[in-house]
Amino acid sequence: MGQILEITLMNLRNLVSRLGSSLVIVVGIAGVVAVLVGLLAMAAGFRAALQSASVPERAIVLRDQSNGELSSGMSNVEYNIVSQFEGVAVLSPELYVVADIPKMDTGTPANVVLRGVGPDAFVVRPEIEVIKGRRFEPGRNELLVGQLAAVEFAGLEVGAEIELKSSRWRIVGHFAANGSAYESEVWADLPVAQSAFNRGGALSSMRVLLEQPSLAASVAEAIKADPRLDLALTTEDQFYAEQSEGLSSLITSFGYAVATIMAIGAVFAALNTMYTAVSTRSVEIATLRALGFGALPVVISVLIEALLLAFLGGALGGLVVWLLFDGYTASTLNNASFSQVAFDFAVTPQLLQTGLVWALVLGAIGGLLPALRAARLPIFDALRGE
Amino acid sequence: MSAARLVWANLFRKRTRSILTVLSVAIAFLLFALLQAIGAAFDGGVSLQGVDRLIVSPKYSIVDPLPVRQREQILAVDGVEAIVGQNWFGGIYQDRRNFFPKYPVRPRPFFDIYGEFEIEPDVLERFARIRTAAVAGDVLMQRYGWQVGDIIPITADIWPKADGTRLWEFELVGSFTSQDERQPAQLFLFRYEYFTEAVASYGKDQVGWWTLRLDQPDRAAEIASEIDALFENSQTPTRSATEDEFQRQFAKQLGNISLIVRVIMGAVFFTIILLTANTMGQGLRERIPDLAVLKTLGFGDAWVSGIVLLEALLLVLLGAALGMGVAYALQGALAAGLAQIVGVFEITSATIAIGFGLAVAIGLLIGALPARTAHRLTIVEALRRG
Amino acid sequence: MVVADGLEKTYQRGKERIDVLRGINLSIDEGEFVSLMGPSGSGKTTLLNLIGGLDKPSAGSLHVAGQSLAELSASRLAAWRAANVGFIFQFYNLLGVLNAQRNVELPLLLTKLSRKQRATNAETALAIVGLADRARHKPAELSGGQQQRVAIARALVADPRILVCDEPTGDLDRDTADEILDLLTLLHEEHGKTIVMVTHDPKAAERARRQLTMDKGVLVGVPA
Repeated sequence: MGQILEITLMNLRNLVSRLGSSLVIVVGIAGVVAVLVGLLAMAAGFRAALQSASVPERAIVLRDQSNGELSSGMSNVEYNIVSQFEGVAVLSPELYVVADIPKMDTGTPANVVLRGVGPDAFVVRPEIEVIKGRRFEPGRNELLVGQLAAVEFAGLEVGAEIELKSSRWRIVGHFAANGSAYESEVWADLPVAQSAFNRGGALSSMRVLLEQPSLAASVAEAIKADPRLDLALTTEDQFYAEQSEGLSSLITSFGYAVATIMAIGAVFAALNTMYTAVSTRSVEIATLRALGFGALPVVISVLIEALLLAFLGGALGGLVVWLLFDGYTASTLNNASFSQVAFDFAVTPQLLQTGLVWALVLGAIGGLLPALRAARLPIFDALRGE
Repeated sequence: MSAARLVWANLFRKRTRSILTVLSVAIAFLLFALLQAIGAAFDGGVSLQGVDRLIVSPKYSIVDPLPVRQREQILAVDGVEAIVGQNWFGGIYQDRRNFFPKYPVRPRPFFDIYGEFEIEPDVLERFARIRTAAVAGDVLMQRYGWQVGDIIPITADIWPKADGTRLWEFELVGSFTSQDERQPAQLFLFRYEYFTEAVASYGKDQVGWWTLRLDQPDRAAEIASEIDALFENSQTPTRSATEDEFQRQFAKQLGNISLIVRVIMGAVFFTIILLTANTMGQGLRERIPDLAVLKTLGFGDAWVSGIVLLEALLLVLLGAALGMGVAYALQGALAAGLAQIVGVFEITSATIAIGFGLAVAIGLLIGALPARTAHRLTIVEALRRG
Repeated sequence: MVVADGLEKTYQRGKERIDVLRGINLSIDEGEFVSLMGPSGSGKTTLLNLIGGLDKPSAGSLHVAGQSLAELSASRLAAWRAANVGFIFQFYNLLGVLNAQRNVELPLLLTKLSRKQRATNAETALAIVGLADRARHKPAELSGGQQQRVAIARALVADPRILVCDEPTGDLDRDTADEILDLLTLLHEEHGKTIVMVTHDPKAAERARRQLTMDKGVLVGVPA
């Protein structure tokens, strides 16, 4: 143990003289970790945006087999039936359509969710908070805009007017919703939206506030059993998990794929550096061996050096991503709902930990072979400086 | 022997190091080629075959249907040669994860307009004759092991039948292939006549969008505005764009994928440049005595620095060729896997050209510093050091 | 062949000025074999470097092969070296990545000879030093004496007018050193080469037709 410490310390002291090449490991691994953590943070942010909308005591009612609000549909009759069910505290009937509004950065039209709601929508979702202006008034062409939508799409400032479906709408307020995907939506009065989008009395979905979270199963059962209804109830937890699954797993696997390929490149570089570190120190290592130090301390000291550099690289990569991208807002088309979702990159401690683990694994791979070579150096040749 | 011989021989001076360096450069260029192709696909920068195709979609929202009566009006517009309506059918085959587009279409106009899809005349004849017939792209046939004659059950999520049931069954009468290998055939097509007959009342006599073939492609913009003017004041205003433009607008909805791709490529190249530059630096330091000998023999400063520069260039170019070669070789396999996500996956000759351009630039950049050192090297000092 | 007049060379090391050569007057005729001895730091290698055109004098004039070296630019000097000087070093200074044949061929890259002619000349030079059968070997596969022979072949191949040797036997045992000295003598006698050789070894110096000694930057004993 004492041997290992001694040799390691000696290596580290002369690390400074090999600063340039040591930096290569640090930067190479930092690059890999930055890309990995960056993409995972994007996936995590997207997932968080959708999932933070969910609350245990809330559920969503869609047409049976529908995979989202856009493809779902129902009538007022069904609303009236479900609202009588035991366990349903508040039921909010909603229309979910997408409207084309230009994106702020590109100016091209994007599918923005327009949600037609009644007053119960705000009762079901107490997290909705008007942060600027006011709510829309019933019966008027007025829009309440999610705060992320206001940033991502053009012309949604309070007081502005936009044209949707051949009529003019006034933006009367902005709202926050605890960072959830609602903040990417635009809300309007339900009857006004129904008539503007030629929906008659049709609804897309209903939001349920349950008396207790545990009642979800029994209400779902009751809906399923009722022959008048062709509907299904899903808890918000499950609904949003499904909604976010496709894209976030796509980004996650893309992130791992790119990072893996990059990692291979970085390992080559780390090998290079550590081989050079070993060969420039071969005389020194051989001297130690000649003095009676064992092979193991030499191997371990080289490994420790590589791991230490890798750790630095991992930390640096994580730090850079955290500084540059944590909280960075992006928006994309969620293919599950076919509408725009804005989200913030979330560089979480877990992701940073994943990055560090990757860094250490890469460091270990890059350090092991050179360490073995160091241990196998024939003492005599090395002493001659061959 | 020539100067190139000397450069080449020098690359093998430290074989492990040169190989590792070339491999890490290769990794960078492999990623470059893949990311460039993915970025281009998302950017809609890849030109599809449909230069003479026009998409007519609802003006305000993708959820607004267009009435079938528009067909005759559009066909009457000068320059429109053929027209086919398509609907987003959605639907689930066995499991939600089995995602592929399913469109109700009129068989002959569809294959007439989409010339890149090749279908046997007798298959097309059966498709046009049998009411519940469907045809599938060869990719789908393979993926799901379908045989001609199979009954394919699709559970509707958006479009229940008029009788309230949701199970649609189609008789698979054959398959079609895509001549455009960048865009494998993975559509599932069935008869519009059957769809509109059987679908619930709210889906009848409607299409999601129209696809047109023009006999005067250079007048596309003019024809598009003529069509839009036609429906400007109707219940269902339209927005027409060439297929390219339509794809581009859709791609922009996905957000700034190309920015993300560029950031990743930046990280990759930054890392690789640093790594290779460091390796070059190491190599040069070891070779200073050799360079001094060359100068002693009467080789000029320019000659010696040229050798060093050439070596850097060669190292990077070798890596670039290897990396992009592997990417190119993998293209077929990747296109099949990625087409579901990115639509079109192609490593274009432009990408390869840009790649080699970058390789030359990086080679010069990396070689510049060592070359300058070599240029300034004074013989007397170098020999004394050696 | 070599005419030095009041030749001086000074180096600046930090703030200190070091006078390495302090006024050398020297004349070497065409076809002479001259040895240059002296203790370490006496300036003999510096003088040799000046004669070989590797360095430039600080003062005085130096003509080698009819050319005033002080006036040449670095690139002209390089071209002049390629045409007129063959170098032989103590540590051979062969390129490890190239085989013997290619090492010898190296200086010919600077000539207008055809590829074939270059190969022939290199083979001839290797034959002169008795290593025709080792043409494909890399330096690491050759003994010290053999490496020095390759270096001599390389010095010869472009048919220079003067051979400049810096301790050519310094790294060799007695017998091998004698072989190398035999070879130099042969080049001098049979091929009429002008040779200037720096050495520590009195036995090596004896082989030269004229022995010069340096001390503290000046030639001693022998009048110029």
